[in-house]
Amino acid sequence: MTFQDKASPILTIENLQVALPEGADRPFAVDDVSLTLRAGEILCIVGESGSGKSMSANAMMGLLPDLVVPSGGKIMFDGMDLLTLSNAERMEVRGKRIAMIFQEPMSALNPLMRVEDQIAEVFEAHGLLTPKERKARAVELLTEVGIPDPAKAATAYPFQLSGGQRQRVVIAMALALEPDVLIADEPTTALDVTTQAQILELIADLQKSHGMAVMFITHDFGVVAEIADRVAVMQFGKIVEQGTADDVLKNPTHDYTRKLLAAIPKLDPNAVFEPIKSKTILEVIALTKTYRSGGGLFGGPERVVHAVQDVNFRLGVGETLGVVGESGSGKSSVGRCLVRLQDPDSGSVLFAGDDMAKLSGENLRAARKSVQMIFQDPFSSLNPRTKVGKIISEGPIAHGVKPSVAYEKARELLELVGLDKSAFDRFPHEFSGGQRQRIGIARALALEPKVIIADEAVSALDVSIQAQVLDLLAELKERLNLSLVFITHDLRVAAKICDRIAVMQKGRVVELGPTQDVFNAPKSDYTRALIEAIPGRAQELEAAS
Amino acid sequence: MLRFIAMRLFKAAIILIAIVTLNFFLIHAAPGDPAAVMAGEAGAADEIFLQQLREQFGLDKPLLTQLGLYLSGILQLDLGFSYRQQMPVADLIWDRLPATLLLTFTAFVISLVLGTLAGVLASARVGKWSDTIISTVALLFYATPLYWIALMAVLLFSVQLNWLPGFGYETVGGNFTGFARLLDIAQHLVLPALTLGLFFMAVYMRMTRASMLEVSTMDFVKTAKAKGLKPGIIQRRHIFRNAMLPVVTLAGLQAGQLVGGAVLTETVFAWPGIGRLMFDALAQRDYNVLLGVFFVSAAMVLVFNLITDILYRVVDPRIRAS
Repeated sequence: MTFQDKASPILTIENLQVALPEGADRPFAVDDVSLTLRAGEILCIVGESGSGKSMSANAMMGLLPDLVVPSGGKIMFDGMDLLTLSNAERMEVRGKRIAMIFQEPMSALNPLMRVEDQIAEVFEAHGLLTPKERKARAVELLTEVGIPDPAKAATAYPFQLSGGQRQRVVIAMALALEPDVLIADEPTTALDVTTQAQILELIADLQKSHGMAVMFITHDFGVVAEIADRVAVMQFGKIVEQGTADDVLKNPTHDYTRKLLAAIPKLDPNAVFEPIKSKTILEVIALTKTYRSGGGLFGGPERVVHAVQDVNFRLGVGETLGVVGESGSGKSSVGRCLVRLQDPDSGSVLFAGDDMAKLSGENLRAARKSVQMIFQDPFSSLNPRTKVGKIISEGPIAHGVKPSVAYEKARELLELVGLDKSAFDRFPHEFSGGQRQRIGIARALALEPKVIIADEAVSALDVSIQAQVLDLLAELKERLNLSLVFITHDLRVAAKICDRIAVMQKGRVVELGPTQDVFNAPKSDYTRALIEAIPGRAQELEAAS
Repeated sequence: MLRFIAMRLFKAAIILIAIVTLNFFLIHAAPGDPAAVMAGEAGAADEIFLQQLREQFGLDKPLLTQLGLYLSGILQLDLGFSYRQQMPVADLIWDRLPATLLLTFTAFVISLVLGTLAGVLASARVGKWSDTIISTVALLFYATPLYWIALMAVLLFSVQLNWLPGFGYETVGGNFTGFARLLDIAQHLVLPALTLGLFFMAVYMRMTRASMLEVSTMDFVKTAKAKGLKPGIIQRRHIFRNAMLPVVTLAGLQAGQLVGGAVLTETVFAWPGIGRLMFDALAQRDYNVLLGVFFVSAAMVLVFNLITDILYRVVDPRIRAS
């Protein structure tokens, strides 16, 4: 890359320091950060949660939270220091010279305003065009960002658009006034992998055609490999390494960068998984689940979603079966039907001679013991007002274990999942995300299950923590001879730990086979599209060959 | 939309019949009946007289027959006859309705407008002294018993300062006509409407403030700031509209109770409204009047629920679609 040579700096951050309120875990959210943004270049800021990458971006826009204030340094843009602008000057820069797109397309748009009005506001804010021209421009912009049927999308409300379409609307708003700098704060994190690939391509294309400088914030090195010209790696508010994308990805010099890169689950085309030839522990036959809403005695037309349609698979003793798919594919509904958090409409779930799908009352309670679930969100899946020890021992006690015995077991489990025994008397909020997920695992193990259903169990975790939790799961599986159904949208994670993979689309299993076959010789077009959309895959394969 | 309204009206009719039936049995379950009360007051509580009265009022028939008669009357919009007042119930309610609506509606508007305004102001100045003052004053009105505020208002503004009349709907024997009469009624309205309005204002104020603060932390507000919009526009267009959703719910609930009247306020200010009619009818076991008042207020609750739901659809496109 030779961008440094041909482009001059358009924005420079010099020794930026952003102070956190007293009582935070460290004094500065951003500490002595210096960066340069050049026209026509994409700079990726990479780091795990809490590294200060978003705070740096918000400081540029003057959008820091109330108690977080810049305490040193400069952000120089076009002869101005952005940190010392008056409110009026700042409003002039926002949207017009520097635009920003955000992580969550679901909440980044006002739910009560039509799309065209929200785009028109950008022109209105800077006193440009007539109201009629603004709306016409809105449709042009929607066309440019590739929304199908732009005229119709313009008059739609945000809830009528998909996640990817909403993100395109946000991008259209950011592009409206041809800004010099575009800040993108994790713009693809909330999107499905195929949508993510499209949005990344769109941002890269627009950056080229408009010649903008893009500051792209992400936690995902795969995304970095796809679009970055230069990379800055942040940890605890400091930049630990920066350089061209090639240099940082291929020859990282800092330990933290190396650790982060090593933690990414690799797509190894040569990996061979020993086929598991054990006997079947769980068999799913013709499982079907349909959601109906609306309708009823007085309601209007009924809405029907075929979440799970005729799903069949078997799970061997000691096997890990991955269920992968995008949002709405029905993978979580399958998981919920397996543990009967939802009742399937038809089909069987055969476990130890019983059909779990048809059990009720005492028999169901007994069978549930053997099939336990680990949930996605380590923050909302633990009762915040219950001590960890109680959370873990609640299940066994409900199944008739003496409390004193259950408590002792809970302490042992805490040690098993790598936490200290003293965690027993603490509350969930005292733990980090990764630690909470360990508590979730301990809770699932407390009932001594034979099968564990892990529903996006590592999706909310930073990559280094994710690697630790995956290792823990693999180790426990081995030690306790567990069988695992691993539900995930992340194909890298699936490739790392699954023996076989079932790919789901629109409620159906479109492909099921050994992991290396699914990845190396996908039979369905959908699987192929999913695999090709994995960020950073092409670069990784290139490097491996 | 029309289909939605028709469906809701149909459902409302069923609910209304259920409410009337339930009220009917509840009232008859209470000890005493109008005959007993009237005979007691006349000092002639012998069995034969009571029997005569009950026959005259139709109270001697089996309960289910009475219910059937009452319901068939309701279907023909006949709310029955008050033997106590010697007038059709519908006329009694109709006479009192304007006074009650005037009082409760004025109070409703005062509370909604002032409460929302105060809530917006407080939220814009959160943590500053003006927020503290607004919140404290609002809380004071809410925490103080309504009748005490009413009595103090009468003492201060009517008795001490002699600025405003302290009771009644208009000046007795004033015989005003035209504009002079309107002015007279308006003067009588000030104290009861303010008393009632300030009480509910606190609720709207607190809800608006909390809702505005919650919405202002949402992502789309950040998007609006990133566009370079002025704070005033963000406040109005993005925060306020979204923050109004819970306030609309509350307003709908309160508006439904407008006809039920304000028993305490009407009693303290001797306001000739439905609240007092109901209170008197209760003491006299005037079944038909009670049932009639309940019927009309239940119908109003249902109507305003419907209006709230329609408003919701206007305000929030997501509900329109579902």
